Amino acid sequence: MEDLLLEIKDLNIEFHDHDVPERVVNGLNMKLKRGEILGIVGESGSGKSMTAMAIAGLLRRHDMKIGGEINFEGTEILHASRTEIRGFQGDDIGIIFQEPMTSLNPVKRIGWQVEESLRIHRPEMSKAQRYALAIDSLKSVELEEPEKTYKKYPHELSGGMRQRVMIASAMICEPKLLIADEPTTALDVTIQLQIVKLLQRLNREKNTSILFISHDLSLVKQLCAKILVMHDGRVVEAGDTLEIFTHPKEAYTKELIGAIPKVEKMKQL
Amino acid sequence: MKKWKSYPVNFRIGAVITGIMLLLIVVGFFYTPYNPTGMDNSAKLAAPSLRHIMGCDNFGRDIFSRVLKGMGNTFLIALATVAIGVVCGIIVGAFTGYYGGWLDEILMRVNDVVFAFPSILLALVFVSIFGTGKYNVVLALGIAFVPSFARIVRGEFIKYRDMDYVKSARLAGVSSLRIIFVHILPNTMTVLLSSIMIGFNNAVLAEAGMSYLGIGVQPPDASLGSMLSEAQTYLFSAPNYAVFPGLMIILMVLGFSLLADGIKER
Repeated sequence: MEDLLLEIKDLNIEFHDHDVPERVVNGLNMKLKRGEILGIVGESGSGKSMTAMAIAGLLRRHDMKIGGEINFEGTEILHASRTEIRGFQGDDIGIIFQEPMTSLNPVKRIGWQVEESLRIHRPEMSKAQRYALAIDSLKSVELEEPEKTYKKYPHELSGGMRQRVMIASAMICEPKLLIADEPTTALDVTIQLQIVKLLQRLNREKNTSILFISHDLSLVKQLCAKILVMHDGRVVEAGDTLEIFTHPKEAYTKELIGAIPKVEKMKQL
Repeated sequence: MKKWKSYPVNFRIGAVITGIMLLLIVVGFFYTPYNPTGMDNSAKLAAPSLRHIMGCDNFGRDIFSRVLKGMGNTFLIALATVAIGVVCGIIVGAFTGYYGGWLDEILMRVNDVVFAFPSILLALVFVSIFGTGKYNVVLALGIAFVPSFARIVRGEFIKYRDMDYVKSARLAGVSSLRIIFVHILPNTMTVLLSSIMIGFNNAVLAEAGMSYLGIGVQPPDASLGSMLSEAQTYLFSAPNYAVFPGLMIILMVLGFSLLADGIKER
């Protein structure tokens, strides 16, 4: 499968809420193929999340200037109106956020939240069909007792479980692209690995492209075939993961790779 | 259901007082010991006794019966006032808070202008233009109550509009109206509930004030405020005439305040 799902050309994002405009993303170009997992790495404030928000169409448009092009399956979505995007967007793009504590609505039951995008995009479905699909979806993210979880509120779940629920609700319409904005940062290491494996499995089974944003290089190395290194709103380096890890070209990439804590070093301590 | 004992003390006391008040109000709608507007010449300004437990007023009307009816009137007016304030406040606050931008600027400046007038003054102006009567009072007080609710709701919406679950709902293609009323509004309920209670108290007091000034409930219909106003002349000869309606106002307000405090503490 060689066809292109997402192409970004010369993306610029500038904030205008202060006297001096602030550029957070600067001339970003990238391509994502169907079924591919692309990692975006970089330190905090390097523009990773802003890029993700731009792809998802979630940037508030008042005090910022956005330039460039984002093509999703040949449709330009960056400058399209909200009503135009809405039809296909939620259906084709799903998102998982960093903080599992705030990514679920505290006053709604899990099942209701998982079903929400079905209610919007598959209005012809009956209640029973929606329920069946929601349970399936909860099962596919390896939650035990999906029927019980369905009826629970978010505060009754642990962080890792909530993140699974998030993945379930993002994946329920089987989107072509899943944006994972630091999905593992707030979780502990064992859960991190489970979530990464889960994403890997979903990618294989449903052929969903994943845009995996993280500052954790060791996770990115395990999950992604290709990576994109960002620094100060610019792409520093892009290419095959293996290539970049073994022969980093740029000084910044070397620095990042050098910053991965190694077990051998720890042993010496 | 949580155990009764696990609620804060003020919540429990408030609930008991409010419960008794509501019971009296409901009873008052269906049954009063005497006709609240029926006059009895032989019982003018009668002191409290077993026949008239709160005594009688200057026309020989049973004060207890009038208090029951008056509480009902006061309660309904306060309820309607708060309802107008809350519904309009939610609509204004939700849209300004969620969208921001120029809509926010315009509506909030209008809001500030209304907010700048004391509610009683605003209601007085309104009533002097449209005439006296309880419906005009409800409308006038209701409008005066909108700004404070709008501000509270707006603040909450600003807090929630950039939450991740709102973002993911937006991404899922949920319409703005559905996000506002189905996804965000239920989250504001705890804050809204206690401010509704406080608003209700203010409405009870405002209604009593308006009726005291003679522009609310019109005689011979009773309201706690109008009874206080009538009792003023007889304050020394028949203190019970003023004390009982006043006591009822205090209890209603106290009950709701304690309840509101308790809800906030939980």
